[in-house]
Amino acid sequence: MYIAEMYIPAKKKKVKTFIIPSLKLTAVLILLCAVIYPLLVVGIAKTVPSGGDGVTVSYKGQVVGYKDIGQKFTDDKYFWSRPSAVDYNASGSGGSNKGPTNQDYLADVQKRIDTFLVHNPGIKKSDIPVELVTASGSGLDPDISFASATVQVPRIARLRNKTEKKLYELIDKIKERPLFGPEKINVLKLNVALNML
Amino acid sequence: MYYSSAFKLGKDVCMEMLGIIVIFVAMVALSIPLGKYIAKVYAGEVTFLDRIFHPVEKLIYRFLGVDAMCPMTWKQHLVALLTVNLLWFPLTMFVLMNQNWLPLNPDHIAAMSPDLAFHSTISFITNCFQQHYSGETGMSYFSQIFIMFPLFFLTPAVTMSAMAVVFNALKGRATDKLRNFYYYYVRSILWILLPISFVTAIIFLFNGMPMTLQGAHTFTTLQGDTMYVARGPIAAFESIKMLGLDGGGFFGANSAHPFENPNFFTNMIENIFHMLLPVATVFALGFYLNRKKLAWMIFGVMTLGFILLLIPAMNAELKGNPAITQMGINNSMGNMEGKEIRFGTTASAFWSITATSSMNGAVNCMHDSFMPISGGMQMLGIMVNTLYGGVGTGVLGFFIAIILAVFIGSLMIGRSAQFLGKKVGMREIKITMIITLLHPFLSLVGTALACSFPTLTTPTLNNPGFHGFSEMIYEYASASSADGSGFEGLGDNTPWWNITCGFIILFGRYLPIIGAVAIAGMLAGKQYIGDSAGTIKTDNATFGLLVFSLIFVVTALAFFPALAVGPIAEHFSIVTH
Repeated sequence: MYIAEMYIPAKKKKVKTFIIPSLKLTAVLILLCAVIYPLLVVGIAKTVPSGGDGVTVSYKGQVVGYKDIGQKFTDDKYFWSRPSAVDYNASGSGGSNKGPTNQDYLADVQKRIDTFLVHNPGIKKSDIPVELVTASGSGLDPDISFASATVQVPRIARLRNKTEKKLYELIDKIKERPLFGPEKINVLKLNVALNML
Repeated sequence: MYYSSAFKLGKDVCMEMLGIIVIFVAMVALSIPLGKYIAKVYAGEVTFLDRIFHPVEKLIYRFLGVDAMCPMTWKQHLVALLTVNLLWFPLTMFVLMNQNWLPLNPDHIAAMSPDLAFHSTISFITNCFQQHYSGETGMSYFSQIFIMFPLFFLTPAVTMSAMAVVFNALKGRATDKLRNFYYYYVRSILWILLPISFVTAIIFLFNGMPMTLQGAHTFTTLQGDTMYVARGPIAAFESIKMLGLDGGGFFGANSAHPFENPNFFTNMIENIFHMLLPVATVFALGFYLNRKKLAWMIFGVMTLGFILLLIPAMNAELKGNPAITQMGINNSMGNMEGKEIRFGTTASAFWSITATSSMNGAVNCMHDSFMPISGGMQMLGIMVNTLYGGVGTGVLGFFIAIILAVFIGSLMIGRSAQFLGKKVGMREIKITMIITLLHPFLSLVGTALACSFPTLTTPTLNNPGFHGFSEMIYEYASASSADGSGFEGLGDNTPWWNITCGFIILFGRYLPIIGAVAIAGMLAGKQYIGDSAGTIKTDNATFGLLVFSLIFVVTALAFFPALAVGPIAEHFSIVTH
């Protein structure tokens, strides 16, 4: 049933009569949406395993990072993360925002390919996956693809004196395949597991 | 290699394609019951949340001292709407310019400059949420909580109220008594926005999103670097940011940031929310007016346009950058610059088109680094402005398009224009024309001005050549349509961008709302004459095609010359290289 027609007709209202309710409504909105709503969620957050502070990863009893926040791995003994436009400084975030035809950008990519080849002798250029030489959107991508991990295996096997087979097994163990989503490997988890190998 | 990568890749792409189909189907499957629910909420019918919110609603009305059952004219409705909305201007301005000494600022964030505060304020109170600052370093927790949270709820509620009063006006009867603004506004927040975002925030919490008031965390990484990780009350922020199509990121990287979008599952939910309320409100129109076929016609036209934008964009992204293929590396994952591994190319390209056809503007990848064709498709989505569109504003924009189509269609067959049993007169058509041309006018004049002052604008561009031009036109089209995404390479925190975008957002937001409510209000006041055999039927595929062609013609005539200088030229520069 349509209700408005059952009620008294509108009185002529002046603009002033709208301001008082609007001011009060502002207060109501702040109370509901900026106090009650977030506090309820904070309360529930306390019951979540991480306590709502973000999920951390520890190594030898020390917090070495957040599961979801990528960190810089440039040391040859570790699996590298993807390039980052903000150099994995998680007090900021963002991509390079370079366009696909930007010559500076293409030169950067070429430089990363050359660097990779220098640090990974014996790897063919055509085996370097594009995601390992392009920067992520957040600059904090915690993952690499399967191909980006396997292409680094020969280098790490040599530097750490491990068989390649063992490293492949490690990658398979860390690898995640969410329903519908692409396959991903958390670099921090992989490197922590690598240290414990 | 370890095992055949070509086979694996084919399987990957299939699964990811399936992933986006699931997102779309789930969105439609949720929208229909939600639309029915929204129609009930606005009609004042019984819903299952009445028990909880009815007492709260009564309490609010008593505190306000208004009789929410007292009808309003469309003019009173607009005055109430604008007062509630614009009161936030001085308040937001004050907080942003004084956040340095206000409490809840553990990371010692500085106050905003006046021009940045002006732009941010306008963009927050209008649901645009275009950001010329980066959340980690530009906003204190106090501003995020006491400004962003309420405005995330207020801005969609305001447009939903405008939409609801248009629904109300289109009920076949002659009256100037429309439903009370406060009634729609309070119900939008209590019955629709709060419960859905609360439930979603809990889901997000269990996916590892932080919800804390502690400041940045400093520690030593595995390879020995010192690292700072910014945190915050993100779970509650994120759910309403996506649901209300606000789209303003807690962090600079928005939903590409792992804390704002930690995994593929949260990505699916957030992506569903891109389109959920715009599509649900279309179905709500059908249920409210009892014209379900009309709702399906609108949904069909929107979806057709959406798919036409989606296919070229996905194709270009999956193929990747030919300039990188030439370098001889394995380019099989497509264009991964500015994209995250956990979403992949397919879901990122899909998201970018949903973000720009709905007016959400939250990004999970950086649009600036998309291939020219996909960047062009994103811009087209923003330029058309009614393919799903914003919460409420999507339906309102489409309502304007329908009035235009009714007028032109009736002229073609020599009948007088009529929509839902009401004669469409001269005044309504005039308003329709102005609103239709407003968005191209604002976007293009803005870009033309920016090009006329190269000393102010060219140093802010992040990319040379055609792509730099794309950055400018994207910025203004996004401002005028209240989308809020951007080619974020643009160094837009300068007085020029802050002030021009601020004004464009302001006009681009309120004039269409005022226009649509005015047209509906005028139609409501007219005598109901019903449909005759000669009236144009507005709920069939033929009329849908007419609306679609009109939208296409208007957009094409207005924007294609500009697109030719931006993304199209850039595309051909790659091809000919």
